[in-house]
Amino acid sequence: MSGEEREFDQLRAALQARAPEVDAQSKARALRLAMESFDAHQEQEAQQRSIRDRRKGGAFLAGVTAMVDRLTSRVALGATASLAVLGIGAFVVMRPGPVEPQRPVEKLVEPAVATLESGSASAEADAAQSAGPVPQPQVELAVPQGNLGPSASPAASARMRSMVPAAPAPQMQAADRFAAFDPNPLKIAAEDPVSTFSVDVDTASWSWLRSSLRMGQLPDPHAVRIEEMVNYFPYSYAAPAGDLPFSTDIAVFETPWNAGTQLVRIGLQGRMPEVEARPSLNLVFLIDTSGSMQGPERIGLLKTAFAMLLGTLRPEDKVAIVAYAGSAGEVLAPTAASDRGAITAALDGLEAGGSTAGGAGLELAYRIAGQMAGEGSVNRVVLATDGDFNVGMSSHDALKDFVSERRKSGTYLSVLGFGRGNLDDALMQALAQNGNGQAAYIDSAEEARKVLVDQAAGALFPIAGDVKIQVEWNPATVAEYRLIGYETRSLAREDFANDKVDAGEIGAGHQVTALYEITPVGSAARLTEPLRYAEPSASGGADEAGWLRLRYKRPGEAESHLIEAPIPMAVSDADTDARFAAAIAGFGQLLGHGKYLGDWGYDQALALAEGARGEDRFGYRAEAISMMRTAQAISGR
Amino acid sequence: METSDEELALAAAGGDRAAFGALVERHYGRMLALGWRLTGSRAEAEDLAQDICVALPRKLGLWRAEARFSTWLYRVIVNAAHDRRRRQAVRDRAAKGWGDWEIARQDAMAEDRAAQDWLMAAMAQLPEDLRDTVALVLGEEMTQGEAALVLGLSEGTIAWRMSEVKKRLRRIAAEEAGQ
Repeated sequence: MSGEEREFDQLRAALQARAPEVDAQSKARALRLAMESFDAHQEQEAQQRSIRDRRKGGAFLAGVTAMVDRLTSRVALGATASLAVLGIGAFVVMRPGPVEPQRPVEKLVEPAVATLESGSASAEADAAQSAGPVPQPQVELAVPQGNLGPSASPAASARMRSMVPAAPAPQMQAADRFAAFDPNPLKIAAEDPVSTFSVDVDTASWSWLRSSLRMGQLPDPHAVRIEEMVNYFPYSYAAPAGDLPFSTDIAVFETPWNAGTQLVRIGLQGRMPEVEARPSLNLVFLIDTSGSMQGPERIGLLKTAFAMLLGTLRPEDKVAIVAYAGSAGEVLAPTAASDRGAITAALDGLEAGGSTAGGAGLELAYRIAGQMAGEGSVNRVVLATDGDFNVGMSSHDALKDFVSERRKSGTYLSVLGFGRGNLDDALMQALAQNGNGQAAYIDSAEEARKVLVDQAAGALFPIAGDVKIQVEWNPATVAEYRLIGYETRSLAREDFANDKVDAGEIGAGHQVTALYEITPVGSAARLTEPLRYAEPSASGGADEAGWLRLRYKRPGEAESHLIEAPIPMAVSDADTDARFAAAIAGFGQLLGHGKYLGDWGYDQALALAEGARGEDRFGYRAEAISMMRTAQAISGR
Repeated sequence: METSDEELALAAAGGDRAAFGALVERHYGRMLALGWRLTGSRAEAEDLAQDICVALPRKLGLWRAEARFSTWLYRVIVNAAHDRRRRQAVRDRAAKGWGDWEIARQDAMAEDRAAQDWLMAAMAQLPEDLRDTVALVLGEEMTQGEAALVLGLSEGTIAWRMSEVKKRLRRIAAEEAGQ
């Protein structure tokens, strides 16, 4: 080597001498995750094979196709409910280890182990893991850097270390799975005047979106469910009159993104029963303690969330805890909520490790809920998971059938999603819907508080079930219409009055908002040509845009009630709530396909939202505005 | 005596759990070392290695048995590092307007300053493509031909890059001497 090579020698020596030594714990964790990933991959391979086989046989049932983030059949998640698209995935935030001074490296490549007994790697990992510190439930745990203060979100850390498929190569993607859907198309009122859908009180799409944006990524368009974004925000609708479970609020105003059309907003406000009058609650917490739940933003956040929920319970309520990982087990027998010490101790004792036996866990949880059932009480299983249902009742269809069977017994199911990057969101939503419940995605302690404390009543007490909305548009006044969002909740026209067909629930105090964009007859904004030979003949009045029909069941009843109301053609000024809802619907379309928006973009959406903040007691709208800015920055539009 | 990487990889791709475990166990150190040489950060390198471990079951299906496993794995590592860089660039862009991100960034900068030394300074002054080449040729002691295979470039390009690296290192040394 000549003297000219001196620079290289120096660099070579430094690059070799300072390479980090393998940290046993990090290595054990990586190997354990590798084995889990291997097992999941094998299972998915097998599943795909079986789906291909079933397709060949002509009877295509559900099944989640492996890495292909699509559920291609609407039948997939059951004709009863609607198809859902949420992401419950997983992300892990850890404090990076300090940059340690490096010692000279001995040998880079470990001596090879020619054969490794299956499981020994994970045993080693488990040992390493149990030796490590156990996260304690506290709010700060959601924050990776303690000095950031409680307002910082875990996802906001630039030091985020994503745990799962962080895409080493272009062909790799995160394994969060979303059901595929196309945005609702424009419909011509004269040809297809009736629009039917189920309510959706989930808000998971919004918190998923938030955690994506905080990671600097635009969400998968299939993760964007506009109705869940709009429904995330509280609006001031009038409380229901008489003994109706909810009130309806209809407003018609100009569309911000299209001069020639109007938005029709249909708002439902659920009754808020007085706390003293509410029935007693029997809750079974079904907690996923599989290995993938490890970490402060999963099991740690989960403990925080449940501790918050405990604070909203009354002494006569009862709580039981079932953990599942490998095998399912009762961690806490039914215990009165007044005995907070025992419940908190049981929660604190939970540790993540092992694979997931979700099916067995669900069975046990429902069995315990059945034993706890008492006169006039509400029974609910609250499932907390990152969506990793691997072992046991492994067929997704079997799981769904199981929960829809249990639904008939009167036990409700709520699903709380934690973490990011892992798995099966679509299944979680399907479970919540088939099990008469709602799915929420918990990405931070703030979100846990919103779902489990501020809106605990809605999450825990159903006031109306199988709530369906049907609008018949008047072809004499409305040329075209388009439902914004609710793609995954659409129902067949004939299912509206069929009480056997399941639909969404509304909980105490819940609100549901649906937006239609309508094009009046004669508007220059009409996208389709009127037919020359088939003039519509309408019997309805010229002052009605359409007719709203709502069906709902009271809890425990089998027969539905009908509410009807006209939708006026008269356009009024949009109030703050209406403008804000429109801004969010526009934002959702910008994130999705946005083909109906023309040149209306983020600038306009931001201006509209800024001007419609209103009182914003909890700061949700301010947060939305900063998310819109982030999305604008990422998309560069 | 010892089962070859290629045999293990083939068995693992075919669903052999033990073979897969052995393969990952054997190569974890390599992932970590190259990850560090590419990124200059232990934490990043550990993340990278873990990401690759998790992704490997799926990626193995893409491995063609005609390529040496280690060469292929190097390519996977380099691609993963590139991917991480890209995503970080997006994150940095998204950080505008997020106060807490800025705080995190400042923390990271402080950490970097503390750890700074000649190596950091030298590597940091090289553009990314040269840094990758250096990590393979000097760090992993590959021939220019091997590095070319991993990076999917011609050997001539590697040779040119290394001469470019030399020029820049001299300039750095000259600047240091001038101070």
